Amino acid sequence: MFDPNSIFTALRLSVTLALVTVVIAVSIGIPLAWWLAYSRNWWRDVCSSIITLPLVLPPTVLGFYLLLALGPSGLGAVAAHITGRSTFAFSFAGLTIGSVIAALPYIVQSTQAAFETIGHKPIEIAYTLRTPPLRAFLSVALPLAAPGIIAGAVIAFAHTIGEFGLVLMIGGDIPGQTRLLSIMLFDSVETGDWASAHAIAGGMVAFAFMIILILRLTQKRLTPRT
Amino acid sequence: MNAFRSDFDTDGMNLTFRPIRLPLLCFIMAGPLLPTVARAEQARMAIAANFIGPTKELIADFMQKTGDVIIPSFGSSGQFVIQIEQGAGYDGFLSADEAKPEKLLKDGFGVEKSQFTYAIGKLVLWSNTPAYPASESTLRAARFSHLALCKPDVAPYGAAAVATLKQLRLEQILQPRIVMGLDIAQAYQFVQSGNAELGFVALSQLHNKSAGTIWVVPSNLYPPIHQNALLLRQGEQNHVARAFLAYLQSKPAQAIIATYGYDMP
Repeated sequence: MFDPNSIFTALRLSVTLALVTVVIAVSIGIPLAWWLAYSRNWWRDVCSSIITLPLVLPPTVLGFYLLLALGPSGLGAVAAHITGRSTFAFSFAGLTIGSVIAALPYIVQSTQAAFETIGHKPIEIAYTLRTPPLRAFLSVALPLAAPGIIAGAVIAFAHTIGEFGLVLMIGGDIPGQTRLLSIMLFDSVETGDWASAHAIAGGMVAFAFMIILILRLTQKRLTPRT
Repeated sequence: MNAFRSDFDTDGMNLTFRPIRLPLLCFIMAGPLLPTVARAEQARMAIAANFIGPTKELIADFMQKTGDVIIPSFGSSGQFVIQIEQGAGYDGFLSADEAKPEKLLKDGFGVEKSQFTYAIGKLVLWSNTPAYPASESTLRAARFSHLALCKPDVAPYGAAAVATLKQLRLEQILQPRIVMGLDIAQAYQFVQSGNAELGFVALSQLHNKSAGTIWVVPSNLYPPIHQNALLLRQGEQNHVARAFLAYLQSKPAQAIIATYGYDMP
């Protein structure tokens, strides 16, 4: 039953999903965090709470709503039909939608905290030197917030690798498309294939350790000394 | 000493009341639990997910007749085998096949001679999407994008579905469209939500439901699904577990099971 090839397929899929998720979540997350950090709108806190929801809810809640949303009577089906599918469930695209929603709070919270720590001052100084707003953002705010953004991205990456409940509910366990490492571990345990289970679980422990170690080391190096 | 005494006096009411009140409260709260704990008149059963519907009726009927409590857990048969072998505290096991209780017996987790067939399952193709009515021709036309079934290596109905596809020589063509549920309950739910246009489920799951279209798979397309029950070592001394398994073979229980579309042994 132990099959290194299928484990490798699942590994590649998990890593791809995590990378795609982080790239999308970072591109949405940075502008969102910027707005959340500096806006004085009363509904800022409402938005922030909605983004944070997946952090508090069991992933199965997200999975349940996604399954309904992706189904034929849901909003997702409209988008799916445009791209010529019947549903986004049981597909890499569907998993990506779910994991971006789940990963977004990690990135937004961490980035927002970074922007808030920087405060208005450096940006205002850039303005007095006649730096255009976009330039000020890109060359002043972004580099200063980098440690926070990277920390958020690493956590989001690791979280996506570890995603289980959500994928279990909308994945459908298709090899090469939705059978992630975490699902494959579950399958192996369910069928009594301890060899594969040990390989995957042991690998994941090592991976998690590496992530935390990298995070600690980079945070030390990137944090600006004052 | 004096200071202590005066303290004691002023708080006297509290000090005397508290020790009485708390145990009393615990006793009242635990009241409903006490009879079951003290007499242990309950049994935990691991039950294959296709049998959820009849189980609810059977347990209600059994409890009404005996006053004993059955605590069911639902999942795929294969998943329960692993759990039982790892020491899960089930007293009895209602599998969706013969092979899994047989294996548990062989490995020493079951009680000899306690195995019996409680139902013979029927596999159906079900659709909740009107554009794809459940039928052999829809299956052959292969215009749908997802066909749900449950994992064949742990769920006997999944194995029956795969056998059917093989028999129809559709296995190769449909392989890329197959989505797997953990157990048959999840396969059902994939079809119900419309995310999969078609799915192989158990006839019993569609009891009293008018939604969608059904094709009862001809029984010559898959090996018969003999669903066997087994008393587990854990429940050997549990008279409730024994009574429930005996009840399953009684006329009233068999009548309930038959209404869900199962054949009787």
